Amino acid sequence: MTAPATVTFRIRRYDPATQQPPVWEDITIPYTHGMTVLDGLRVIKETRSATLAWRSSCRMGVCGSCGMFINGHPRLACNTQITELGTQLVTVAPLPNFAIIRDLVPDLRPLFDKHAALMPYIIRDDVQEMFEPTGEYFQTPHELEQFLQFSYCIKCGCCGAACPTVATDPEYSGPMALAQSHRYNADSRDGGFAARKQVLATEKGPWKCHYAGECSQACPKGVDPARAIQLMKRQLVFDYLKLYRQPCPSKVVAKPTEITRRADVPEAPAPTV
Amino acid sequence: MRDQRLWTWHVLAGLVILVFLGLHMTIMHLDTIFGFFNPGDAKPIDWVSVVGRARMGFFTVSYIVLLGAALFHGLYGLRNILFELGPGRGVKSALNVALTVGGVGLFAFGAWAAWAAGALARTL
Repeated sequence: MTAPATVTFRIRRYDPATQQPPVWEDITIPYTHGMTVLDGLRVIKETRSATLAWRSSCRMGVCGSCGMFINGHPRLACNTQITELGTQLVTVAPLPNFAIIRDLVPDLRPLFDKHAALMPYIIRDDVQEMFEPTGEYFQTPHELEQFLQFSYCIKCGCCGAACPTVATDPEYSGPMALAQSHRYNADSRDGGFAARKQVLATEKGPWKCHYAGECSQACPKGVDPARAIQLMKRQLVFDYLKLYRQPCPSKVVAKPTEITRRADVPEAPAPTV
Repeated sequence: MRDQRLWTWHVLAGLVILVFLGLHMTIMHLDTIFGFFNPGDAKPIDWVSVVGRARMGFFTVSYIVLLGAALFHGLYGLRNILFELGPGRGVKSALNVALTVGGVGLFAFGAWAAWAAGALARTL
């Protein structure tokens, strides 16, 4: 699409103080080269409507704050060029499947509550080591690949906004929380499968996923939550059949004891753990 | 844990259905190639073939296993669809009871029919 002279934002406005239902507001602004949806919203806030509310922070697709429903798809506003939408009319609404706090600000608390309930962190049998690590843990490149792509998740909520099951079932944990749970279950340094299973094996687990695949389509970071959920189902089925045995969490890598640094090699930085 | 158990059995029931539907296709629709369980030159749907199969204990067991697997697989799927309509806790419990009782009742009736058909065929 050639760059337009102007672009019209159709924004869904909602102010809880007015007790009125959300309304659409059209605002036309001049287009500037390289303008993203977030840039456009900033121009609108600075020049047209100072009360417009949304969340954003990093402006580079890393923080996951600016997830919005843009032209019918959950996207990051900072990562969406106006020209890539192929139209001069940009409709912007808050992410669906979440309550609206104000204008384009969704209430993501249920998302983060479900995320926290699935213990998205390394859990080890050796509690002392878990809280006071003595070194780095051994992990092969193959073991890293089992979870690496799932660790790119930025918790923006776009997958949950696209998921048809989240739309109909408030108890379903949702693609983000489930994918992050699998990210740790698949980590060779982790031993927390049994603890997470207390949630995963219930109604909140992956069973209601229809494999629509919308979550993977929507993810702005290229994560594939639908795949994580299917892998998780397989893991849980094998666990029920007593065919799954979680390997012991990997051990701390032994530090080299007798080694002499060559004079032409700079000294390594101090260990972080 | 119940959902993990139900899903696993749902998957296993699907595998059982796959095997027995494969057997059904082989017997009923690929008879000119294989000719399994169809005595003489009779077609699979002919009286003599049906009675011949009904006399075999293997088929009585097959019918009952397939019935159980299909009922569980189908009713679990129906339960999931109904649960997605967003019923409350009480309705969910009632649906669980209704589907379990209905499933067990249909299984008992179907298993009796399969057993009775076998018994009758052996008297002919």
